[in-house]
Amino acid sequence: MPMIMRTAMLGGVAMMLASLPAQAATMKVVIDKLVFTPAEISLAVGDTIEWVNRDVMEHTATVEGGFDVRIPAKKSASIVVKEAGTLDYYCRYHPNMRGRIVARAK
Amino acid sequence: MSVRISTIFAAFCLLSPAAFAQDAPSDPQIAHIAYTAGVIDIEAANLAVKMSKNEDVVAFAKDMLRDHEAVNKQALDLVAKLKVTPEDNATSQSLTQAAAKERDALAKLDGAAFDKAYVENEIAYHKQVNGALETLLIPSAQNAELKDLLQTGLKLFQGHQQHAEHVATMLE
Repeated sequence: MPMIMRTAMLGGVAMMLASLPAQAATMKVVIDKLVFTPAEISLAVGDTIEWVNRDVMEHTATVEGGFDVRIPAKKSASIVVKEAGTLDYYCRYHPNMRGRIVARAK
Repeated sequence: MSVRISTIFAAFCLLSPAAFAQDAPSDPQIAHIAYTAGVIDIEAANLAVKMSKNEDVVAFAKDMLRDHEAVNKQALDLVAKLKVTPEDNATSQSLTQAAAKERDALAKLDGAAFDKAYVENEIAYHKQVNGALETLLIPSAQNAELKDLLQTGLKLFQGHQQHAEHVATMLE
């Protein structure tokens, strides 16, 4: 394929991608045996984080001076990410459980 | 040092690797010890809910109740599934006796003195249980599912120890 044609096609694909509306995504963090997995997630402002608690005990996802989400045993809970930045969170009941959220601007 | 720390320590000394060098606890004994350790913390928490007027201490005690009841139920479900009958043993008995003595000592206190003693004992108790889990109970467990539950129990107890340490700083 001539180089110019290939470039044109790639350009077309790039334009199509660029024209798609930005869709808010949902990222799942599973809690199993007192561990957040994945321990670190990267997402964009406007995306949702859903914690799925497989343990028989309640947990929280808590940011010092920030959000405090209760995740009952065998249930899920979610929040929408409002601001860009890196947030370290932990479980208030079991502070040895830790996770990190890296949120980029939309 | 409070009665509980010293007597619980003595009880766990029965669990020292040396004492079990030739005679490691069996799975039915391990299941009984782990369950007993949970029951002891539930009973201490019940006392704290009744005695304490401090919001943070009562909230912590209720967390202990909720978690240990849930995990002990999980443990009972597992032993039923494995058809293992937990077997009473000298370690479980001395743990129970030591804990009863400690509860009597705690019950004689009130107010800030009670809160401080309860939380300090929670830190010490969880530390002792963690030590026993790490050095003896987990390595001795034969059944993979029992070992796995004990490993989860260790993470839970480590979490409680940190939680208790945090509550202790709030009482200062």
